[in-house]
This record gives sequence, C-alpha cells and structure tokens, in this order.
Amino acid sequence: MSALTALARLRAIRDGVAQPITTVRHCHVAPQPMVFVPLALSGEAAAPLAAMIGTDPGHPRLLVVPQPRNRDLRFAFTAELAEVVLPYVEGFRKDTETVERRGGEPYERCLEAPQILVPNRQGAAFVGLLGRSTRFRRIDGPYPVHPSVPLLGRWLTYFADRSQQPGSCLLMAATEALGLHWATGQSGLEDANLATLVSWIDPPAGMTGAQAALEAEDPLLWPPAGPVTDPGFDNEVLAPAVHAYEEAPTEHSVERIAQALRTQLDPTWRLMWRAVELLRALPEGTRVRERWETDRGSFTRFTERLAEGGPPQARRDGAVGAAARLAGLERARASYDVQRAYDDPLVMAEYRLTGEAFAGTVTAADPEHTEGEGRSRKLRPLVTVTTADPVRQAPGTVVGSPDRRGHAAEIVEISGDEGVEAVEVVLKIVKGMGRGKSPTPGSVPEIGERVTYTSLTDDFQSSAALPDPELTPWTHGGPPQEYVPSDEDAQEEWS
Amino acid sequence: MRILRDDEAGRMTPGQEAAAVVEAVLADLPRNRGVVVDSPPGAGKSTLVVRAAAHIAETGEPLMIVAQTNEQVDDLVNRLATDHPDLTVGRLSASGYVTPSRILAHPNVSVAGKLPDLGDPAVVIATADKWAWIGDRTWPWAIVDEAYQMRSDKLLRIASLFERSLFVGDPGQLDPFSIVDGDRWAGLSWDPVQSAVSVLLRHNPDLPVHRLPVSWRLPASAAPVVSEAFYPFTGFRAGTEHGERGLELTVNGMRTSYDRALEEAAASGWALYELPSRHTVRTDAEAVQAVAVLAVRLLQRAPVAHSERGSHRVGADRIAIGAAHRDQVAAIRAAGVPEEITVDTANRLQGREYDVTIVLHPLSGRRDATAFHLESGRLCVLTSRHRHACVVVARAGIPELLDAHPSAEPVQLGVPVKFPDGWEANQAVLAHLAKHRITAH
Repeated sequence: MSALTALARLRAIRDGVAQPITTVRHCHVAPQPMVFVPLALSGEAAAPLAAMIGTDPGHPRLLVVPQPRNRDLRFAFTAELAEVVLPYVEGFRKDTETVERRGGEPYERCLEAPQILVPNRQGAAFVGLLGRSTRFRRIDGPYPVHPSVPLLGRWLTYFADRSQQPGSCLLMAATEALGLHWATGQSGLEDANLATLVSWIDPPAGMTGAQAALEAEDPLLWPPAGPVTDPGFDNEVLAPAVHAYEEAPTEHSVERIAQALRTQLDPTWRLMWRAVELLRALPEGTRVRERWETDRGSFTRFTERLAEGGPPQARRDGAVGAAARLAGLERARASYDVQRAYDDPLVMAEYRLTGEAFAGTVTAADPEHTEGEGRSRKLRPLVTVTTADPVRQAPGTVVGSPDRRGHAAEIVEISGDEGVEAVEVVLKIVKGMGRGKSPTPGSVPEIGERVTYTSLTDDFQSSAALPDPELTPWTHGGPPQEYVPSDEDAQEEWS
Repeated sequence: MRILRDDEAGRMTPGQEAAAVVEAVLADLPRNRGVVVDSPPGAGKSTLVVRAAAHIAETGEPLMIVAQTNEQVDDLVNRLATDHPDLTVGRLSASGYVTPSRILAHPNVSVAGKLPDLGDPAVVIATADKWAWIGDRTWPWAIVDEAYQMRSDKLLRIASLFERSLFVGDPGQLDPFSIVDGDRWAGLSWDPVQSAVSVLLRHNPDLPVHRLPVSWRLPASAAPVVSEAFYPFTGFRAGTEHGERGLELTVNGMRTSYDRALEEAAASGWALYELPSRHTVRTDAEAVQAVAVLAVRLLQRAPVAHSERGSHRVGADRIAIGAAHRDQVAAIRAAGVPEEITVDTANRLQGREYDVTIVLHPLSGRRDATAFHLESGRLCVLTSRHRHACVVVARAGIPELLDAHPSAEPVQLGVPVKFPDGWEANQAVLAHLAKHRITAH
C-alpha cells in the first residue's frame, strides 16, 4: 500500500466514510453494461447454481439450475445463459469504423464493445471456469450440448483472459473498480465484500460508513455477492428445496428454488447498479478512451477469429503463447501505471513522494537556446523549475510531462536542498517543440507556469520477436502437438 | 603463503577440487547439447566462463556469449580480452550504449550495433535482450552466463541461435521476476517467469549438472554459514582456512556500540548491530542512520585487509551497503555515506564482490514477512558479497516476526519444490548472527 493510500485509509476511519484516492475515473463504464451475478454450488468450483443477468436494472433475468449435480441441467443452464449473453455480445459486431494506421493496412474496428460487470474477482474467475467447462463441449457424439454452449464457452474464456490485462474493461469486477477509486477504513480482505465496500463509499443517510459496513456484514440482510453462497442459506433453504425437487421435479418445486435464489441474488443485483452509478458519477480520465479503443480492437479481432472458424482457446498456453502473453501483460501493466499517473494529479503525487516525479513553478526560461553549430544546430530550449519535492533523479534522465503531449526534456542540473522550497532543476527540452528556428507557441513552459515532470514515460518499446510455435526450440520442449478435437474432450474431469 | 593440507581421507585441496570440476565441465561440453554449472557465490564462475570460452575458441569454431546486463557483458569482455590478448572479441550493443574506457583500451575488442560491423571475431558477446534481435545465423557454441537470473522467455527468444550451450549461474541468488502475476502458468514446464535453467532442465532432465565446490570469495567464517543456509543439499567450502584472512582496524575506537560492532566483525567476520524492537516505516530513520554511521566509522578506523593475495588498505570502493528496497537505498545515500561507497539493492549487488559489506536486514522493523522479504535469494545476495566481514543492521524481534509469519504461499500443482525455504534460511542466518550481536545504546 502506498503512503497516500495508507493516509486515505486512516482518514476514512477518522471520518467514517471512504476517501477518494483519485480525481478522475480510470476505468471505462459502457453506456449499456451487462451485469452478471453468478452463484456456484458450494464445494464444486465450476458447478453453476444460478445467475442474475441483464442490461436493464429493472428487469434482471434469473437463471437457475434446480439440481446443480445434474450434468444435463447444468448445460441447459449454460444454453439459457448463451441466449442472454450471445445476442448482447454479437450486437456490437455490426457497426464498425475504419482505422488508419501508420505503416500498415487500415483495419475495421467495432464502434462499441460489450462490457460485463461481475461483483468480485472470484466472479471473474468463475466466468473463466464456466468458459473452460463449456468451450470444448461437442454438439454431437457423447454428451451432446446445444450449439450455443461451446460458443458461449469461447466468449466467456475470452472475457476472463482479457480481464487479466491491466487497464482492460471488457470484464470488470465491481469491487476492484470501486477499490481503484476509494480507500475505506476496512482491510483489503473486507474490501472484497461488495456490500461493505459500497456501504463505506455511499452510506445510507444518518449512518457512517463504518456503521453501514457493520450492518452489511450480516448475510441475512446482504447475502454474499457470490459465487459462493451463505452456508446458512445452503443448509436451511437450498438443501430442502433441492431435495423437494429431487422427490418431485415439478414446476412448483423449480419455482420454490428460483424464489429462494432470488432472495440471495436480488440485493447484489441492486448493489451492482449502485456501483455503476457511483463510477459513472466520476469524471472520466483522458486516457481511458484510448484503453477502451484497445479493448474494442481486441474484441473485433476475437469476433473475426470466431468468424474464421478457429479452434477453441487451448487448455493451457504453449511455450511461445505464454511468453507472448507475458510480454503483452507486462507492456499493458507498465503503460497502465504511467497513463493513470498522467491522467490524475493524485496518482502522480505518489510518484512525487518517491522522487520519481516533481511539480514546481517555472522560474527561468530560455526558449531560443540552441546546441551545436552549422547544420547540426538544434533548438534546445532551457527551463528552470523550482520545486519543494524531493528530486531523486540523476542529470541526464529523460522526463516527460502530463501537461504536454509528445513533450520530453532532459535533466541538466539539480541544485539546492530539498524540503526548503529551493530545489532548482534545469531542464533541456528535447522533444515536442516543433522543427522551426523558434519553438511552436505553447510548447515551452513559460515563467510562472506550474509544471509537473516525471521519469515515467509511456514510450513503446516492442520486444523482440518470438519463434513460431512450430519452431519451439529444444530448451522449451520442442514443437507442441497440434490440437485435434476428439471425443476425449467430453471425458475431461469437470465435476 | 597458502597452507595446503591433505587429510588422511585423501581429500583434495580446494584448488585441486575446483580444477577437477572445470576439467569435467570442459570434457562434457562436446558430448551434450547443454551443460549446466551451478556456482555458489565467488566460486570462480567468471574464471570458468573465460576458460571455457578460450577452450572453445581454440577449436576454431565461433562462439556466442550471453550475459544479462550491460555491466556483466563489459566485465566479461574485459576479463576475456585481458586474459587472452590474441583472441578477437566482438561486443554487440544497443543504441545509446556508451563504451566504457576499460573496453576501449583493448585492441582485440570491436564494438558495434550490428553483427556484420564487428568483422568476424572468434567470440561475440551481448546481453540476452540484444541477442533476441539477432537472427539468421546459428552458432555451434554458446555460453549463457548468469543463467539463473535469466527468465525463460528470454531463453526462448534466443535458443534457436545456438546448437549447444554451457549454462552457468548461481542458483542461490534472486529468481527472475515479473511485474505481472504469473500464476496462470504455474506448474507448466515452460512457465515463462521461471529461470532459464529450471525450464531447460525440466525439458532436458538428462543434461549434466556440475557444481563448483569452492568459494574463493567467502572467508572461512562465512562459507559454512552461507552454504548451510542457502545451499543445504549441495554445499561448498571456502578456499581459504581460518586465519588466512584477517581484517585489522588500524585506528583505535572509543568503545561505542558502533566501534564494538566493527571490532566484532573484524575479529569474527560477522556482526549483528541490533536496534531496539519497533515497528517502523520502510525507511526507518534510526536504522538508516546506524548504517550510515557504521560505514563512516569503518573508514575512520582505517581498516587493512590481510589475505592470500597480500595486504591492502580497505578503501571506500571496497565497501558496499546493501538493502532490500530502492527507497531505503536512497535514504541511506541521503544520510551522508561517502560517495565512493556502493549503496544498492540486492538485485543490483548480484555478482559483485567487496571486502566489507554493511547490510540493512530486509525484515528489520517490519510488521509482516511477505514472500518478497522472505525470498532466500535476497538475503543470500546480501550476506555473500564480502571477502572479509559483513555487518548486519537490524531491529530486534525478527525471530519472533518469522515465527508469526510462517510461509503461507499457496502450493501450486506441478511446481517442483524449491530449496532452500526462505523462512528456514532466514532463521539459520539469524541464529548464526545472534552469536555476534552488539546491542545499540
């Protein structure tokens, strides 16, 4: 936990209400997200029990498995789930835009992309498990399933995989999205409980966040947000109802189970939409849009892959696939951290505390300064920034600024003592001032201007190419065997 | 003069034993696709690499050498060019690399960004990152240095460049890491966040693994401690006997606790400078101050080191201060440590050697013991950089902290159990340090 977050948590305890730790929203909230609250049978990791799903807060769709131990009923449930999810996801496929890119063919990208919201990280993991248990199912042979089931499996797998990508918003856990923006007075473990987290952030009138959170811990008032269920409910309500269905599988007994599960899902359903409103109320950060464009691009590529009829995602990453995915994740992580700091002065403040960034006032400027002679003469404006921040950078470090895009400067000299408002940093602007003899207007900070500089930069350095999977070297086990769908797939241990 | 002693059991001298291993490695090279050599701290890894490089170059076949950082590459180029002035060495570099003067001084070394610009040297050296951009050529031989520091995805990018390779590294040092969670791949034999050697050996379990048996760096006071704590099953011994190394403080002290800690370290090779138990922030002001004062005081005491290489004054450039985190390093630097003393994190002290080290214990003042702080490699690096003495600065209460935080990492299926356990290694080192405790007052 960073120093500022720790401070915000202490303040949350003192004031009894969660404290904002950002000034803007760092995640995308779609105009029409799909909220998905899944429940699993306790003791069985991938056995769905029920789900509440939909895009309209007033009209959720409740899906239940009256006997979750029954394999056929489970896949009937996933077929029903596909009826809800697939039309939603595929609805975004039609409208596309053409994106031009430098040094490449223009390509098509969907104008919007689906966004699925689950209550918590375990919910997102359950999406992955459900995807895994359905994407290899066959529509013929032993244990056939409805044709929509394997397709749903591929989509769920895609969403779960994508949710591990830092900064991606196609599948988001509500607790994580909220936790990114508020610090509460409870522990990190307790923050994973959506009910208490929302209570801290937005307590009902006449109550502090702490009091509201204490109340929200009662599983009778606020049942767990899933996928695990309340053991009391399991024993006293669910087990007898499922037993009654076993005895007599009538419409009435199914309705009894559905009613029971509705009581468990309804409160979370309402909390989810409150979370959406809380997030929507925050102003969106500048670079959120760029990241959402990346998500849209990824979504478009996956729809194309499906259209081309490629095989389902492999059970495990191959050697080359794993390395490629790791490189992509690391790249996204670094970029996401930098983008958040650039978008948000409160996030940047963390870096100012550790000396990786500094903010100050311009006290001297020489915008016409040049270096070199004759043809190699280059414009290199000099700027002196006076700051009270601890500057832990070495001369020669290249720094960027959130105030100006494409702007880069090199630290020439640091003088003075920190802490007495007297550190002077001389900067040489090396990028972003145009090609003319004098700098483009506005590209060099003026005297008296408040500026921020940081050594965090989002320069893309592509990593070296990986071998083709079929050329995997001997050190990594050699070329992998090709995946051939077979009836064996249906035999996978999946209970 | 070194005392060579063969006991009744016919045990070889350290020198003979090490030489036998090197011979066995060189003999195995042509017979196998890969050979792995485990090298404990200061066991002559670089010497082996230089020796093997010369051995391969003699056959007239081209050789590529892979190291992990630019500094390691420069060190190797320097060693190789000095020891073998008639060998042509090419150093591949990325743009923005400034060639240090110690490299420029060698007439047999060429430096370039592209392979054709190097001429046709017998040996080409570059970092793993740089090698990943070089395609279209296959070398009959490769040497991968610091292979335990190398992540396996880096090896994947360059493995098609060579036919056979010697992998050399220290298994006790810090494992490679990633800024993202790698649980997704845990248990896979090609897990990209594992070290190159673990992945190599999981796919090729028949490859010979040799082990250098003697640490020439660590004194007789430190080798058994480090060996038992961090290399519990393979072990190594010191190349020198007790009494062969000595640290003498030529200026008298004033019986302060700092002086007594330094005297204890000079006399026994170890000292634990213990501050009162307290939970603190990471940049614990008192501990940082103690580290800085110890360093300054050490220089004031004008230490002289006596060893098998003769006697010399221990200057600031032969002293290092190690800590776990970068902000601790910055704080120690800011506390007034002389410029020439190296202050750095464990990650960046890997592979370095000093006469005396001062270590801020990774668990000092902490309320919890996380996997990061318990990683055995971190403590191993910090406590195995010295030729003469190591002073550890810590708050009291670390054994109790360890007892309250047993390792609780989830067990992953298919992941080979890794020794040593960080928790146990920490306890072992602390138990030894307790015998050399000086309490601050």
